[in-house]
Amino acid sequence: MFELLGIPPQALFGQLLLGLINGSFYAMLSLGLAVIFGLLNIINFTHGAQYMMGAFVTWMLLTYFGINYWAALILVPLIVGATGIVIERLMISRLYHLDHLYGLLLTFGLALIIQGLFRNQYGVSGIPYAAPELLQGGHNLGFMYLPNSRLWVIVASLVVCLGTWFMIEKTKLGAYLRAATENPTLVGAFGINVPRMITLTYGFGVGLAALAGVLAAPIYSVNPNMGEQLIIVVFAVVVIGGMGSILGAIITGFGLGLVEGLTRVFYPEGSAVVIFVIMAIVLLVKPAGLFGRTA
Amino acid sequence: MVEPTTMERPIATKAPIKPLLEVKNLQGWYGESHVLHGINFSVGEGEVITLLGRNGAGKTTTMKAVMGILAKRTGSVTFEGNELIKLPARKIAKAGIAYCPEERGIFSSLSVQENLMLPPKVREGGLSLDTIFELFPNLKERLSSQGTKLSGGEQQMLAIARILRTGAKTLLLDEPTEGLAPVIVQQIGRTIAKLKSQGFTIVLVEQNFRFAASVADRHYIVEQGRVVDTIQNAELDANIDKLHRYLGV
Repeated sequence: MFELLGIPPQALFGQLLLGLINGSFYAMLSLGLAVIFGLLNIINFTHGAQYMMGAFVTWMLLTYFGINYWAALILVPLIVGATGIVIERLMISRLYHLDHLYGLLLTFGLALIIQGLFRNQYGVSGIPYAAPELLQGGHNLGFMYLPNSRLWVIVASLVVCLGTWFMIEKTKLGAYLRAATENPTLVGAFGINVPRMITLTYGFGVGLAALAGVLAAPIYSVNPNMGEQLIIVVFAVVVIGGMGSILGAIITGFGLGLVEGLTRVFYPEGSAVVIFVIMAIVLLVKPAGLFGRTA
Repeated sequence: MVEPTTMERPIATKAPIKPLLEVKNLQGWYGESHVLHGINFSVGEGEVITLLGRNGAGKTTTMKAVMGILAKRTGSVTFEGNELIKLPARKIAKAGIAYCPEERGIFSSLSVQENLMLPPKVREGGLSLDTIFELFPNLKERLSSQGTKLSGGEQQMLAIARILRTGAKTLLLDEPTEGLAPVIVQQIGRTIAKLKSQGFTIVLVEQNFRFAASVADRHYIVEQGRVVDTIQNAELDANIDKLHRYLGV
């Protein structure tokens, strides 16, 4: 087998695969954040906790009700999305007339509370979630071994991201969403129920986070801290991609996952910080982000 | 020879027998500042009226208050006999009033087609796309362009066109001729005349009173948040000096 700069191909492709998987989560989570920020003008700091809830509810459904992974893919986003709708109606909707900062503080506080509750109940050691049979095993591609569970995460994430992009950019519903993002007052004056749209959009963004949580359950252990660790990186991804760009969030998410994977091969010491270094550079050169629109 | 004198001021006017839209003692606030101090006017079905006045007189604010966009407002706005003053904008739109804002409100993240199709239908009987493209042939060529890539005139046409689709027969048009070339102003004038002949009811905010005179039945003069005078279009010539004073032309 060939070698690249002294790196065995198994290591290279293994890390690239890992990068793509991380990228799948970055993309799905930053997509949800971008959708929410676009319409609500709120940076949803609860996003990581909602991703964690997605994984936990998946585990609970299986443990307490015997509901399997495939059903959880549909049910969990609906359940966690519904909790998001309650949060939006009861709390976030009261802050729209205030500065962004208040929404950020509220959602940050909620994240701490939710994570604290789960930590109290389940500890921090993590709970395993067995992958369903269909996702066990894998393919030997010759140059590397590709586990089915990982392939599935990448495919599912791509489908979800592109589906969301299509819905927002190419459908009538998406046109309402884009228009309301630009000028909610006028959209309301056309007879469209903007407050309801805002609520459903938040629910949808939260549902996306929860879906990422379902996908994460079999490959990472289910842990109250899983969202907290991930969300910091995701915020960096969002800053790099630029707030409010749907395609930008997707491309940046996958791209930075790969960059991180490559760094792990060629300069492992830098892998934990590479995304933040890129963020700093992007902020200096193009403060609105790679795909962001300057206001 | 009739000399227009102040004694002949036609303050009470031939209001339409059965007003479709009636605004009484409308007051409005931007935050703490009281900007509308009693706006009164009424429009009968199929009429075109204008609100004339200087910059900052309160014409646009009046439109926003009628449409429910101005959050703090009191008084009475009745439409087809129903009181609208407490309703949010979306319910006023559903009641059958359509609004075309001064800044036109074309969405930059939407194509021309998406902009055109955005406002939902509120009633049956809206204009078909074919009819709309007859009125505004330019739009048909540019359907896939980004909304804000259109020229100012085309954006104005799009802003009017999209509310004609909805079936609303009462239109609030805020300065549709502002900043447009004379040939476009004429086209918009012809469109308004055609809409009137089809039974549309139109409230027009204008600063260009020549344009207003060419399309309207009646003019309400707005000064410092009040309607201070009403002039029938037929009596416009007799009142031209007075009008000039009001508008400071």
